Amino acid sequence: MMASTCERRFADSDAMRERFTAVITDLVAEDPRVAAVFADFSWDRLSETAREHPRFFNVGAREQLLIDVAGGLALAGLRPVAHTSAGSLTERPFGRIRIGLNLQDVGAVLVSAGASFDLDVDGRALSSPADVALMATLPGWRISVPGHADEAEIMLREASRGFDLEYIRLSTQTNSRPYWTGEDGFVALRLGVDGTVVAVGPIADTVLAAVGDLDVTVLYAPRIRPFDRETLLATLSVPDVVLVEPYLTGTSAAEVSQTLADVPHRLLCLGVAAREVRRFGTPEEHAAAYGLDVTGLRSRITAFIGG
Amino acid sequence: MTIELLRPPQAVIQYDYHDLAGLMGLMTGHSDAETSSALDVLWVLYDRVLQVSPRRIDDDERDRFFLSKGNDPKAYYAVLAATGFIEPRLLTGYGDYDSPLGLHPDRVLVPGVEASSSRGHGLPLAVGTALGLRARGLEQPRLWVMLGDGELDEGANQEAVSFAGHAELNRLNVVVIDDSGSAARAAELQRRFASEGWSVQHVDGHDHGKLELAFTGAPDNRPHAVVARVRSRQAISRS
Repeated sequence: MMASTCERRFADSDAMRERFTAVITDLVAEDPRVAAVFADFSWDRLSETAREHPRFFNVGAREQLLIDVAGGLALAGLRPVAHTSAGSLTERPFGRIRIGLNLQDVGAVLVSAGASFDLDVDGRALSSPADVALMATLPGWRISVPGHADEAEIMLREASRGFDLEYIRLSTQTNSRPYWTGEDGFVALRLGVDGTVVAVGPIADTVLAAVGDLDVTVLYAPRIRPFDRETLLATLSVPDVVLVEPYLTGTSAAEVSQTLADVPHRLLCLGVAAREVRRFGTPEEHAAAYGLDVTGLRSRITAFIGG
Repeated sequence: MTIELLRPPQAVIQYDYHDLAGLMGLMTGHSDAETSSALDVLWVLYDRVLQVSPRRIDDDERDRFFLSKGNDPKAYYAVLAATGFIEPRLLTGYGDYDSPLGLHPDRVLVPGVEASSSRGHGLPLAVGTALGLRARGLEQPRLWVMLGDGELDEGANQEAVSFAGHAELNRLNVVVIDDSGSAARAAELQRRFASEGWSVQHVDGHDHGKLELAFTGAPDNRPHAVVARVRSRQAISRS
């Protein structure tokens, strides 16, 4: 008998989050500068060895404290990696991020799980389609949206060695394989002449299936801030751009517009609409509800590119 | 008192408590020594308690003072000037666009300022720093956070007080400037810390000897809070 939707919500298919707990355990053990801060969420997924390590901290269900503790650890000379679900990491303590990290001029790595609607079997309280848009309002944040656990691991390891502000957004939605191995900017998955489709992170496989035999360029964007303007310009054909983001629709629209400020262009933004769906169920069902499945993307991209 | 405006902070000028009113006067533009509810607490900390100096700004073993209370920085700047962290001449620009000295001290702009002030952030940040220093094996440095009593109502402070007590952050100290004039309020402030496992003392915030005792006489196995009862600003300006 198939497991119920509810039973599958934290299933083994949660590849990025599983990878995160394994990699962060290694990073803290290997690098005396790295400290990990949790707020209960995922804490039970860590090994006992990790939980007892002096640079692993669990502040409990105190998300404001989570952020300031990260800032304070950085002030003490450490490289903090803070983790909880996306809404609890960004929306709930947003002012803490601005003041406890940006204003203090310290670096930190924030790693979220749950993405836009991975956990929506729990309801809207655990969904977070606006996290990337929020984080993009703050200066200095590199925002990564890995599409595969291998990509997430590269990002985590690189971020742990750095000094800057990093937001890494993990999801249960993944592509069938990694499309990025640490390149600086976007990766061209296909080159075409009738327009450009930018696919962010885990939506790439769906985008590739949706564009089918349309003769378009598909750019893979596992990092969305800073936005890779150079590659978008360098690969531009007909200046019709489709931006497919697996979070709030149009989050990066201004980046595209500014990139193409001197080029008359058209832009179609596809993503998660700002509305209260009030549904539970699976991430796949939510993707379909927002038109982010193959059918929904294909009809809208085809109409736009052919239009 | 004479202030050598152009002399750099390294120069040997010995300021003492009685010079602070004059230093604060540089910020307000008039010499009738505006004073501050927190001046005595700050002076006792910097003069007798904190292991800090302008020569030790990057020393891992230094103590750390986080001013969270952001609405009364003049006393803080005066003490930083008197103790050689900043040049006294900078005080005259207080609040100006091109001055490093704003109403909320900024750690990027002012040497010796450990954390940029913002209501409700000093204590949670200090919790992180206490955890970090302990994890690095730096057991000696103490952390001090100054809060206003109204500021303690920020929910983030409750998260920090509760966590710090359970984590037994014994190098963490808080001084709450209580200008409420209310015995009930003072008792409530003490209960908040005591109920989370902190040691707590209530003290006259203008008595230097008693402040020093309260700051240094705590048991060393848990975080420590000092509720400093001060005259309200209205009372000070009338006196």
